[in-house]
Amino acid sequence: MRSDRGPSAPIGLKLAATGGLLFLHLPILLIFVYAFTTEEKSFVWPPPGLTTQWFAVTWNRPDVWQALSLSVRVAAISTAIALVLGTLCAAAVSRTKFFGRETISLLVILPIALPGIITGIALRSAFALAEIPFSFWTVVLGHATFCVVVVYNNAVARFRRTSGSMIEASMDLGADGFQTFRHVVLPNIATALLAGGMLAFALSFDEVIVTTFTAGQQQTVPIWMLEELIRPRQRPVTNVVAMVVVLVTLLPILAAYYLTRDGDQIAGSGK
Amino acid sequence: MTSAVSFQKVSRHFGSVRAVDAVDLDIVPGEFFAMLGPSGSGKTTCLRLIAGFEQPTAGSISIFGERAEGVPPYRRNVNTVFQDYALFPHLNVLDNVAYGLMVKGVGRPERQKAAEEALALVRLPDYGARRPGQLSGGQRQRVALARALVNQPKVLLLDEPLGALDLKLRENMQEELKSLQKALGITFVFVTHDQGEALSMADRVAVFNDGKIMQIGTPEDIYQRPKTRFVADFVGSSNVLPPDFVQRYAGQHRWGSLRPESIRISRANGEGVAARLVSTNYLGATTRLALDAEGLRLHAIVPAGAALPREGEAVVLTFNREHLHLMDELG
Repeated sequence: MRSDRGPSAPIGLKLAATGGLLFLHLPILLIFVYAFTTEEKSFVWPPPGLTTQWFAVTWNRPDVWQALSLSVRVAAISTAIALVLGTLCAAAVSRTKFFGRETISLLVILPIALPGIITGIALRSAFALAEIPFSFWTVVLGHATFCVVVVYNNAVARFRRTSGSMIEASMDLGADGFQTFRHVVLPNIATALLAGGMLAFALSFDEVIVTTFTAGQQQTVPIWMLEELIRPRQRPVTNVVAMVVVLVTLLPILAAYYLTRDGDQIAGSGK
Repeated sequence: MTSAVSFQKVSRHFGSVRAVDAVDLDIVPGEFFAMLGPSGSGKTTCLRLIAGFEQPTAGSISIFGERAEGVPPYRRNVNTVFQDYALFPHLNVLDNVAYGLMVKGVGRPERQKAAEEALALVRLPDYGARRPGQLSGGQRQRVALARALVNQPKVLLLDEPLGALDLKLRENMQEELKSLQKALGITFVFVTHDQGEALSMADRVAVFNDGKIMQIGTPEDIYQRPKTRFVADFVGSSNVLPPDFVQRYAGQHRWGSLRPESIRISRANGEGVAARLVSTNYLGATTRLALDAEGLRLHAIVPAGAALPREGEAVVLTFNREHLHLMDELG
């Protein structure tokens, strides 16, 4: 019977696929629904009533703004550090051959392979040993350790795909090091850096473990949410923040997707 | 007269590898100069030394009388056509060609006009708006050529420029490069491992082996009068004859070289070298014969259509004594 139906998938497979997708995305939908519930102490299904008051409440809570602003600043600065260091490291590893190259490559990637808790403990004891007080900058440093990896991986893959003689060609045509970087290297790795930077930003934004070990009094958005879940009042505020976070992270990722897709079309055309 | 490029005892060592070893070289302004040799013979390193991508370990290089050591590639009036063309994939063809002028600060209208002229020179007008990825191999090569020529270099370096093209295209490009060089009067230095290409295009050829120049001369010199066994063998697969053999037929105890096309073959009676036909290899216009002469493997080339003995048959080889070239190299 099934083979007579041609290219259409069997009903069992369709059901399984639908089930899988629902399992993945229904909980996210629930978060959205609870942002509108009138019950503030616990999440009950179905919601007893719907309201938009929590948006106003959230807007007026200074702790929400503080956490959001801290998270954005930490993510932005860690990503910026990672973009510079990751690109430089990727350039060194893929452009030249030197003693210990593979070791350096492994050591750079290690922080993301290690469990976050190891990175966290290591950084915490290192900061303690060096008597560096926990601050905004210790969080940034902690996040930068794994942000560098993401940028490095993206940049290294792109460097390997770009022809090495392109840089020589640019120098040959009269461009000095800076002009070559600006007119040849950067345009060729830009989309890879954009993708790596987005991912680094997102990783930093929802990082919990390393943050708990490297932060002092600072609360990033995920830490704030954890604390908030224990309190029995104004619960839907967490959901409103979660909704905003989803929208704010989804838009750049969609943008990155479309940007890199166009770039690939140009690079791949006619090959 | 000042040389276009002059090498004095130039060496480039990579660790213990002597890629270029005490090379002396003088390239005359306006000539088409070929560096010929097998891979790893140092010819590409020499090209990179001229371009400035490598610095000599010892010796001195000058380009039109100016010392070149320590001068970075972007301050040399020399441009390169790369083996893989190295076009910038993110720029269209016109911007690729105009790149050199752009980084020198030439205004947009002016550099675009120059780029269009350069594209017309390589017979690719109206291709400016395309991306390098949309071009064929032959077209990319022309763009790379235009991109180098637009800067009006004093010396144009070509690194195996025709290596990636198919036979027909390569033959067309050979003629075109040659006439372009004549028309522009620029010194062309090109690297190749294809001896046919070097002989047909160059005014002079330098044959490289093991980081050293074995011989420099006109194509006729190199082909007719090889100085060493290596040159005789590498350029045109000459028959290299050991001293004992030469002693018997030319009366001198020296190494000799005999071109495959200089050998005449007749049936087994009469004066000459007794040999046996091992195999025949049909090449279209000619046929290549492998022969066994008293344990020595020789090759002969005969025109297509000549009556051939059967494989395994005994034959007699004759050659004009003038065609047997004696080499200087001892032992």
